[in-house]
Amino acid sequence: MSLKIDQDHSRFRQIVKGKIRENLRKYISSGELIGKQGKEVVSIPIPQIDIPHFRFGDKQQGGTGQGEGNPGDPMGGSEQEGEGDGKKAGQGEGQHALEVDVSLDELAAILGEELELPDIQDKGKSKIINAKDRYTGVRRVGPESLRHFRRTYREALKRQISVGSYSPDKPVIVPIPDDKRYRSWKTEAEPVANAVIIYMMDVSGSMGDEQKEIVRIESFWIDAWLQRQYKGLESRFIIHDAVAREVDRDTFFHTRESGGTMISSAYKLCSQLIDDHYPPEEWNIYPFHFSDGDNWSMDDTLLCVDILRQKILPRANVFAYGQVESPYGSGQFIKDLKEHFGADERVVTSEIRDKDAIVQSIKEFLGKGK
Amino acid sequence: MSEFALKTALPQYLRQEQELIQRLAAEEGLDFFPIVFEILSYDQMNEIAAYGGFPNRYPHWRHGMEYERLAKSYEYGLSKIYEMVINNNPSYAYLLEGNSLVDQKLVMAHVCAHVDFFKNNFAFRSTDLDVGGKTVDPTNRPKNYDPNRRWIDKMANHGSRVRKHIARLGINKVEEFIDHCLSLENLIDPHAAFHGKRKKIVEDDDATAEVPRLKSKDYMESFINPEEYLDKQRQKMEAEKERQKRFPERPERDVLGFLLQHAPLERWEHDVLEIIREEALYFVPQMQTKIMNEGWATYWHSKLLTEKILNASEIIDYAENAAGVLATSGGRLNPYKLGVELYRNIEERWNKGQFGKEWEECDDLDAKRHWNLRLGLGKKKLMEVRALYNDVTFIDEFLTPEFCREQKLFTFAYSNRNERFEIETREFKAVKEKLLFQLTNAGNPFIYVEDANHENKGELYLRHDHQGLDLKIDYAKEVMRSLVRVWKRPVNLASITETKQVTYRYDGSEHSQKTGKAA
Repeated sequence: MSLKIDQDHSRFRQIVKGKIRENLRKYISSGELIGKQGKEVVSIPIPQIDIPHFRFGDKQQGGTGQGEGNPGDPMGGSEQEGEGDGKKAGQGEGQHALEVDVSLDELAAILGEELELPDIQDKGKSKIINAKDRYTGVRRVGPESLRHFRRTYREALKRQISVGSYSPDKPVIVPIPDDKRYRSWKTEAEPVANAVIIYMMDVSGSMGDEQKEIVRIESFWIDAWLQRQYKGLESRFIIHDAVAREVDRDTFFHTRESGGTMISSAYKLCSQLIDDHYPPEEWNIYPFHFSDGDNWSMDDTLLCVDILRQKILPRANVFAYGQVESPYGSGQFIKDLKEHFGADERVVTSEIRDKDAIVQSIKEFLGKGK
Repeated sequence: MSEFALKTALPQYLRQEQELIQRLAAEEGLDFFPIVFEILSYDQMNEIAAYGGFPNRYPHWRHGMEYERLAKSYEYGLSKIYEMVINNNPSYAYLLEGNSLVDQKLVMAHVCAHVDFFKNNFAFRSTDLDVGGKTVDPTNRPKNYDPNRRWIDKMANHGSRVRKHIARLGINKVEEFIDHCLSLENLIDPHAAFHGKRKKIVEDDDATAEVPRLKSKDYMESFINPEEYLDKQRQKMEAEKERQKRFPERPERDVLGFLLQHAPLERWEHDVLEIIREEALYFVPQMQTKIMNEGWATYWHSKLLTEKILNASEIIDYAENAAGVLATSGGRLNPYKLGVELYRNIEERWNKGQFGKEWEECDDLDAKRHWNLRLGLGKKKLMEVRALYNDVTFIDEFLTPEFCREQKLFTFAYSNRNERFEIETREFKAVKEKLLFQLTNAGNPFIYVEDANHENKGELYLRHDHQGLDLKIDYAKEVMRSLVRVWKRPVNLASITETKQVTYRYDGSEHSQKTGKAA
């Protein structure tokens, strides 16, 4: 039996795909529900066509709520409507919505095809063999600390029964050296292909929600792509205004600081992280930095260039800088980088004007197969 | 779809529960229309929900869009619809197949209270199909009140009318027109049903305009009817005459109704627009009483279930579900929660006599805290409230500073500095004001037809009654397209944008605007 709604539903799908009623396409917004599939968080696209009405502008309106908090505290979420987990991503092109029934891995593959991304050429690091010991067998010689008690006991028991010195009434087992068994290990060689992405984001006053949304979407895709390329992918997150600190993913996307911008602080911390945790011989390192390009001073910019050249570039696969357009940013930093590293292949810069520019920017970042 | 799902009648064990619950509800004084419960599989449920509760509506992609949203939320376990009930006589209510027995009982009790509300709340009188504009006094109704509210049939008829037009004219043409109509669907007068017939003042054109004077003795004349007074009266009459020349005579809030009567529509267009307007009006009372209606249903399901229906083994399941219904997440106002708490507050206040002059004037906090006259009027008051109030008057009259504080209500606003929504204040007056503003006209702007022959060129002139909030202009411009589609002549809209008076105009091909002086 088919449902009556099927007809309306297929009509709606056709509108979304742009096959009919093209004039409606401009009203399509790609909302999303955040759901869980196993461990993976998936975004479930809910394209919505908003029929225009006479209504009030969103920002003036505000509303009433209920719960804890003091005046000045942020509201949970910034949309007025929606219940439960419904969360809207705002305006955007409908076609960027993910189809739900594909896994993250497939998605990345599709992304790769769409953007014609080359597979990443390892820095030769997977030729490095990491020796790893695994206890897999038993042998007759070895250090006492690895003696296998149960096996040794069994051997002794076997021997005593066979020579008739075992009595069930007085079961005393005395092992002799020949009975002793020791655990033994095998050394296995593992090619290393580890990668770490170090996300850095400028959270100074000029980075608004929309800018962060762009960073969120972009880093999601970068994550997905590199995840596919490397088995053990780690992500670290650094936020900075005038000072930098390392945070977890959640904080990274939701923090709001204000104040000046000293990009060098983030680069220092990034370099520090690499020093402490990620020896470049074993790791593919991908620092990504997002900012609106408004650095505190020229001196600081020069310092950044210096840190990049001395400490980060020699160790990273590629250094990517994404400049998000904000109403306040001067956008100078990207020019400075281009000036200093214009010819250097290891530095990739990209300007992301709005959400539509994300795709192009991902292509710029990952298009070189580094 | 499973075969089971095709049989929508209740199974035996649920029918027994229904009888029990209805009996208990009636004993408590609830008075409802007969209720027909049907049991649906989740996809049927989603389908009917997408059609706004009606199994048959006119075909439109919007329903498909809603269906997709519901279906996906359900499939990913994000949300599901527990119940749905239609304001119809008899009322239809749907249960979701596979819900636990406790849930089904809860829903049934919840539904009984909703139907009681449909039947007794005055706002729903406007959905009586058999009174035809005679709903002027919503409280006055016959003793055996059994109105015709066969909206299920009516909506189905609408569906077949629209299908007929589609068959004749093609889907794209009809659907496009429906889209335009839907853009205008909130331009109705929610109180239209209660206006009665507008008085038509027929005046003799020739009647010499005599300025009415107050009766006086000659020597008092200049004191009682001074020249200024007479002048004012004269001006008033002039203005009145001037007004009568205008069309419409007074600003018309029922924009859709006006268009329906006066726009040069083809037969089928007229038919479609009429359908959209009727359906929009049908949903008005539900929007006007969201808090009251959900609160009422929640009040009764919790009372009936915890006091009468559940046994000890079921109470935990019930509590878990109830907690979900009443949760406020992310600081958003939950109408279920606000409504039920307010009813309980009213019940307590009227039981203890915490109302009236003495209570209002008492300044002694301690006395107020222990105020208990043991009047026991709570239940009587609740029944009265559910019949005579809507959300606006409900909040206006019963929201108290104490309640506002206990429930931790606050207002939030957009902070330009931080580019996010922030908690603004917890002050009672501000909270109440904001809440009432949101509820007034269901949160829609007030738009009036001011002149249908603007500058004598047959253009439509609308005015937005600006009450502090600007219109969303990009949307407004799109709506003006739709207005031009219906009116077939240029359309003007006067509003205020960023404290400037602006008149927007769309002539069918181009948008333009004139900025006036600062408002």
